[in-house]
Formats: sequence, C-alpha cells, structure tokens
Amino acid sequence: MTQGKLNAVGQSIKRRDGLGHVTGKTVYVDDVKFRDMLHLKMVRSPVPHARIKGIDFSEAEKVPGFVRALTHEDVPKNTYTILCLIGVGPDEEPVLAEDEVRYKGEQIAAIIAETEEAAMEAVGKVKLDLEELPAVFDVEEALKPGAPILKHWGTNYFVYEGHHCRRVRYGDVEKGFAEADFIVEERYQTSPIEHAPTETTGCVVKPEADGRYTVYTNTQALFFTLDNAALILEVPFNKLHLVGGTVGGGFGGKVDVIVEPITILAAMKTGRPVRYVFMRDEEMRVSSTRGAWRMYYKDGVMKDGRIVARQVTTYADAGAYNRHTPYAVTKHAANAAGPYNIPNVSIDAHCVYTNRQPGSAMRGFAVTPASFALEVQMDKIAETIGMDPWEIRFINAYRNGDMKPHRKVVEDATLIETMQAAAEMVGTELPERLKAMHSNDREGGNHG
Amino acid sequence: MAAKIVTFNLNGREIDVLVKPLTTMQTLLREQLEYFATKSGCRQGGCGSCTILVDGEPMASCLLPVEDVAGKEVTTLEGITPDLGLHPIQEAFFDNYAMQCGYCTPGIIMVSKALLDRNPHPNRREIVEALAGNVCRCTGYEPIIRAVQDAAARMNGQQGGA
Repeated sequence: MTQGKLNAVGQSIKRRDGLGHVTGKTVYVDDVKFRDMLHLKMVRSPVPHARIKGIDFSEAEKVPGFVRALTHEDVPKNTYTILCLIGVGPDEEPVLAEDEVRYKGEQIAAIIAETEEAAMEAVGKVKLDLEELPAVFDVEEALKPGAPILKHWGTNYFVYEGHHCRRVRYGDVEKGFAEADFIVEERYQTSPIEHAPTETTGCVVKPEADGRYTVYTNTQALFFTLDNAALILEVPFNKLHLVGGTVGGGFGGKVDVIVEPITILAAMKTGRPVRYVFMRDEEMRVSSTRGAWRMYYKDGVMKDGRIVARQVTTYADAGAYNRHTPYAVTKHAANAAGPYNIPNVSIDAHCVYTNRQPGSAMRGFAVTPASFALEVQMDKIAETIGMDPWEIRFINAYRNGDMKPHRKVVEDATLIETMQAAAEMVGTELPERLKAMHSNDREGGNHG
Repeated sequence: MAAKIVTFNLNGREIDVLVKPLTTMQTLLREQLEYFATKSGCRQGGCGSCTILVDGEPMASCLLPVEDVAGKEVTTLEGITPDLGLHPIQEAFFDNYAMQCGYCTPGIIMVSKALLDRNPHPNRREIVEALAGNVCRCTGYEPIIRAVQDAAARMNGQQGGA
C-alpha cells in the first residue's frame, strides 16, 4: 500500500498561521490603519417595511468631522444579486435603498466622517421621512393572497425555471402512500441563527496612486466580492485589488457582499482610505443569518420499516433579499429526502421573501435544517411502527449504486459504516444483522 | 473635555499618554499606540478578546478608562511575547491546536497567564472558570483547556504534554 509514502495523511500538521495567532501578530482587517483614514457608518431603516419619502442630511452635515453622505444615486449599478455570478437573477437587492426599505436595519445612506464618533453622531442626525407599510414575517403568510408583495416581479417567491419552487419528482408518491401500512406526518420549524464571529464583518479600502483600490477585507469569498463590487461600481475588475484570507470567524456569515462595494465607492468619492467595520449590534441585527425554515414531511411506511414514499414541502425564509438563499434551496431540495433509498419522492422547496433580516449561508447551508427535520421524522417513524431507531435507519440507508431522487447515482455511501462506528462509540450493541450490513450491497435493506 | 496625561507601566516600561477623559484602554492601545494584539470583538465587555492584565488581573480593556490604570502595571500579549521564540503558554496553544481563526486567542492567552501566575496547578474546573468570560466561536474550547493544562506542565518544568 501507499501508506508509508504519505507525508500529511494521518499526521497532525501545525497551523501555518498559528504562530501569528498565538503572538497576536496576525493582521486582521481592523488592524489595518492609515493616517488619513475616514470612517463610514450606515443610516439604517428603523422599521421592517416602509416607503422612503425623503432623507434630510442638513443637521448631519453640521457635525464637526462630517465629510459627505452617499445615497443610491451615487451607486453606478445600485441593484444587484450576489449570485448573478452563477446565473441567478433577476437583480433585486439595492446597495443603498431607493424608494422602499424591506427589513429593519436595511442600508439607506452612508455617512463618511473624519472619526468613527463623528460618523455615528451624524448618522443619528439624519432625518428619515418614512411611510410605514404592512409587513409580513411568516413564510406561509407571505404566499397568501393579499400579502404585501416585496419583489418587483410581483411574487414573494423566487422563480425556478418558471416554477414557484424547486421541485424534485421521483416515482409516484400517491401510489406509495396507497400501498403503505402507515402514514407519518409532521411539521418542523427552525429559527434564524446568527453566526456571531468574534471579529465583525468589515473592510478598509485604500485608493492607490495608480488609480487602483486596495480592499482589505475579511470576506470568506474574495473573488465573489471582487466581481460583484466591480459590477456594482462599473469598473474593470483589475481596478480592484482584494487582500484577504484572514477571517476572524466566518461560518458562512461573511460570504455576502455587503460592506465592500459602498466602502470602495466612498474611497473613490473622497480620494482617501475608508473603513467600514460592523459594530457588534450590526453583526447581530443586520448581517445575514442562517435563515429559518418551515418543513412538512409526509411518509408512507411499511410494517417492516421500509419507507415507500416521502413527500416534502418546505419554505426557506430568505428574509428581504436573495443573498445565497435561492442556491441554498436547490441544495436543500437535493438533500431533503435524506441519505435513504426511497422509491417514491416528491419535493417542493420554496425560497420565500419576508420583511426579515436576510438569511444566507451557514455551515451545512440548507442541508442542516433538512437533516434536523428528517432525522426527527425517522425517530417518529420508528416510534409509530414500534421499531428501534437504529434499525429503521439501517433498513432504509442508501447503498452504492442507488439512484437519489434528483437523479444522482450514489457512489460514495458510508452511512452504514458511520452508523456502525457511532454505535460502537456510544456503547450501543447492534444486532448481528445490522453489524453485517455494508454500503456495497442491499442485503437486509430497502429493496424499494 | 480637555485631554490629560496619564502615566503607567506598559509591558515593563513607564509611559505617559495624552488621552481624553473616558478613552478606553482598548482605544488607546489600538488607535494611539498600535498594539494590535489586543482585539476588538464587541466593545461591550462581552467577548473577552480585548483582555489585558492590570497589576496581573485580567480586565476587558474595552470597558476600562485609561485614567484607571494610572500608576499601575499593564501587560498586553506583546508584553509576554519574547523577541525570539514563544512564551510557554504560546507554545502550548500552538502545539495543542488551541485556535482556529485566532481572534479570541490573545485574550485567552492573557487570561491563562493570569490564572497560571496565581495558580500554577489549576484543575479543569478552575481553568474552565477562568475562561468563562472569553468567547471562542471555532474550537469548542476543549483544545484550549488542554493547552492551558499543557502550559501549566511546561511552566512547572515538566515535559510538554503535546
């Protein structure tokens, strides 16, 4: 075997950046300072849904140290959607709000000042003339007739190739339900989760003498940020030089492109370095969360434990804007039936807009809520038919060669082996029949 | 309000600084003196990433007015880092993989320093108690606890445990 030749596999390798971390010499974004650096703070919506009738900067302009304000009129291509880079559209999120705000904390205007304190004071003196509009906070309420419509295309859902949701169809679930000995149904709900990195989201942008802008950022997505910023600002990509890779905790919370475009614009308009770093309360209240999900599972099950049909209807709460949720829903739909071999599956996964803080990426993305719902569902099935919860999973576990509902052949199944190892670690003695199973054949499993 | 001069000992050297009233130690260190090892995670005393030692006691520098350290000894991570090599606590954190993103690490090392100076043989419960004010979002804390145990062994002249 090759084992003797491996240099890294099986070895613990010291972190390349570890010496910087333990000595405090690692340079994070907020450690980048320039002598003439300006500070950017954001005027945010105090309400979840409103029409903007006017913005009055006159008192803010009198604050000593005030340099200038930026509104949507200053942004070359104000409306964008982060995933346009992988063909998701249409554009729908403003860099700075235009005539409407759709979530509490939405960016309305940027204030640039000589000091952070002056910027904060000026933000507090901007007068907003808002006409509050009815808001919707529940995914199913948002899809009912009469709900306030948040998108210019006239619906509160993302449109997937002409459909109101991402659909997966495999076999015939109605036929499966008709055959089943038991029907097991449940509704599952998760809450939004904030990543809460110890380092808040931020960037510092420095105009260089050669006309380029150096962007020091803690984004998890340097190239996404570069491309989106260049498109928003309508500058060639090579005008922007992004410096990053050092992230003080991300967990998916730093993949959206929020602080960089407006800070680059501020540097362009003032000719000086500009810093925009979220305060802790902005990180908590405004930055993208793991969005909330509502999930309905309906399963047809035989007395012997075989699941013969699974119907899944789920709603992702994207909040007010896409961010990464349209993609997350697709990923969710591919995984919502779980790592199980089920002959009849139907999945409707919706990307729904509400007047909440936008959701986006977080560890495991949209697969984590699906795993929560479907594994609780597996326990519920076991309880309903009076079977051991380990056994129900071994019986239905997918094997190599199985077809998944979204038409992908399973090639790397390790579920059975993982469960066997997990049982051993928690001191559960599995029946011999389950211990003998493996991912390469169907012996003892669901033949569908 | 007028700025005033405050005199204190920073990492073994007496310094005079000119600060406005209520300027915090975090602001002084990061914005005026450029001691960037002291981090800025929440600016409300909640995360521990800005911890410094004042007369050996760990304090959240984001809530500490500079005037309050007049005449005292202040230690930052820069102060315990040798010009060459590492302090045994730093070695133990590095060898035990007790960090991922590293942002909370300076604060945690300072708290560990205060603990081990006061109690060279802490048990697990004492380590956990000492670290209770420091938030780490990456590691799950276990490697950090192991690193503090290992640091204690190293500082007591025993073989490193890693």
